[in-house]
Amino acid sequence: MEVLEIFFTASFWAAVIRISTPLIFATLGELICEKAGVLNLGIEGIMVAGAFAGWMAVYSGTGLWVGICVAMLVGMLFGFLHSLLTVPFGLSQHVVGLGITLLATSSTYYAYRLALPEVTSPPKIDAFQPYDIPILSEIPFIGPALFSQTPFTYLAFGLVLITSVVLYRTPLGLAVRAAGDNPAAVAAQGLSVTKIRMAAVIIGSGFMAMGGAFLTMSAFDSFFFEMVNGRGWICIALVVFGSWRPGKALLGAVLFAAFDALQIRVQQTSLGSLMPYQVFLMMPYLLSILALIVMSRRAEVPAALMVPFNKGER
Amino acid sequence: MRLEPIDKPSLARSLLPPITALGATVAIASFLAMLAGANPFSVFGLILNGAFGSKFAILETLNRATPLIFTGLAVAVAFRAKFWNIGAEAQLYAGALLTVLLGTGLLPWPSIAILPTLALFSILAGAILLLVPALLKTRFGVDEVVTTLLFNFIFLLFVSMLLEGPLKDPMGMGWPKSARLLPEARLPRLVDGLRLHWGFGLAIFSAISVWVVQSRMTLGYEMRAVGLNRQAAAFAGIPVNLVLVKTALLSGGLAALAGFSEVAGLKGSLTLDLSPGFGYTGIIVAMLALLHPLGVIFAALFVAGIFVGADSMSRAADVPTYLADIMLATALLLMVLAIMLTRFRIVRN
Repeated sequence: MEVLEIFFTASFWAAVIRISTPLIFATLGELICEKAGVLNLGIEGIMVAGAFAGWMAVYSGTGLWVGICVAMLVGMLFGFLHSLLTVPFGLSQHVVGLGITLLATSSTYYAYRLALPEVTSPPKIDAFQPYDIPILSEIPFIGPALFSQTPFTYLAFGLVLITSVVLYRTPLGLAVRAAGDNPAAVAAQGLSVTKIRMAAVIIGSGFMAMGGAFLTMSAFDSFFFEMVNGRGWICIALVVFGSWRPGKALLGAVLFAAFDALQIRVQQTSLGSLMPYQVFLMMPYLLSILALIVMSRRAEVPAALMVPFNKGER
Repeated sequence: MRLEPIDKPSLARSLLPPITALGATVAIASFLAMLAGANPFSVFGLILNGAFGSKFAILETLNRATPLIFTGLAVAVAFRAKFWNIGAEAQLYAGALLTVLLGTGLLPWPSIAILPTLALFSILAGAILLLVPALLKTRFGVDEVVTTLLFNFIFLLFVSMLLEGPLKDPMGMGWPKSARLLPEARLPRLVDGLRLHWGFGLAIFSAISVWVVQSRMTLGYEMRAVGLNRQAAAFAGIPVNLVLVKTALLSGGLAALAGFSEVAGLKGSLTLDLSPGFGYTGIIVAMLALLHPLGVIFAALFVAGIFVGADSMSRAADVPTYLADIMLATALLLMVLAIMLTRFRIVRN
């Protein structure tokens, strides 16, 4: 019974939306890359870099929104590197992606140590505060759950809408999707598959970095090592779970977050004391694998995902 | 631009790109060392000296290279068949777990019997752990990259659970740490009085064995064929799924030996910080070795040298040790690019 009561508290659903936000950003970013035909395993490292860059910018005195932009730019820089190696040079997307994750993570940690050599505990910044949307936030239950979040969260939901419209309602989106499904047809239209794919990876990586930045600038107010903690890999599973559709991916992220929020709360009930806490911490990862098994049969994988395109090659 | 294959690359074509890649890596690392306020020449001097400058340093490097040879082999074997095992970290802990499970008193046998038993069960544990993602791939088409990655997190939590529960050493002053191995279950030193243990010998032996399998046996040929072109291999009558499963068993077993060797050779007990990411570093080792099993030995020595050297450099020159990780990531990315450029030429449209 204790467990059921959790679902009827607005604070639970507010936590769900908060936990889902970084996943929404990063899943959306990965989705854009994969729609164009590029698997981006740099996601985990790019999130780490974004988390640090945004936080460091704000700590150095910029505003919060500038911090988001800085994080996004840093993500785009790593995205550019990734796309340069995987798209025109056609190198293994697995190896390059893991290399980018390692590079982004280690250079972030290096930068952190150089910027703050003497600190034992990382300093805090004035992070984003919840903003009550007028009228909507006064709706009972739904208001405090959905409409008293930080502006950073509203941005995530806005981006899902924009991405969805651009991907499915504009010629640009058609070109991106075609680059991932049938690149030869895109080339036959006189468009550059290379440019489209590179742009998609760069933008997508920017989104991933924003997901990381949410952790340091809204969910928490400080940067820790290991704070991304596998979220990037989970987002790759969420893209499959969402069947490469922005809306479904958003739903997947929220579902996943609900589960995560639930396990945290169940840990504190009498049920939680029966099991070691590690069992609860394992749940999100197990759930991701389960989601992959269930969805992989019917998922509509972009046909040319992970297939390099070399113009003129038959 | 597009890429055009070169039929017979010249000597300059084969050598220039990799050399440039190494040079660029050193240049980037020098720049970063200067950002930290250090003199790049002294930084590299300190790294070299810390890695190979004394008998102690060389032994330390060989010790550090040992688990990397195992994980590097595990990755090389898998990647050769284009089976993307990113879970060597979990398989390493699986081997370590079995070693402490059986070696702390459960099997009170003499060392001549207990060490091979521990190694065998470690191999089995790692192989079975990787069998799950392999079967998920062949049965359900689930991408193994994500499953093996997520398994790393799951398995580490599992180990943590055991170390805080049934495996916790009652004499461990409350630390999450296993009991110590029986003295018979420890790998002896290679040379008396020196810190290097027989795990290193086992690693070299494994590399040679893998090389024999890959170059002399049908399985090795099949693994290569599956890696080169899965459809063509299937068409030629190779049971692709079976080969992938065998590859996974071999790869998981090799990674698990890293855990066995670290526990039985070096640490003597299991803690959660047994591996500072040896499983992930194995990917770099394998790629730098161009997936060649004997090359893995040298790549592991190189990578271990950089890590050991960077540790002592960091203490002396006050440059963060993460410089080593940046160097390796840069070397990895530039090397895959350089290897491609030895075989292709860039043509402007």
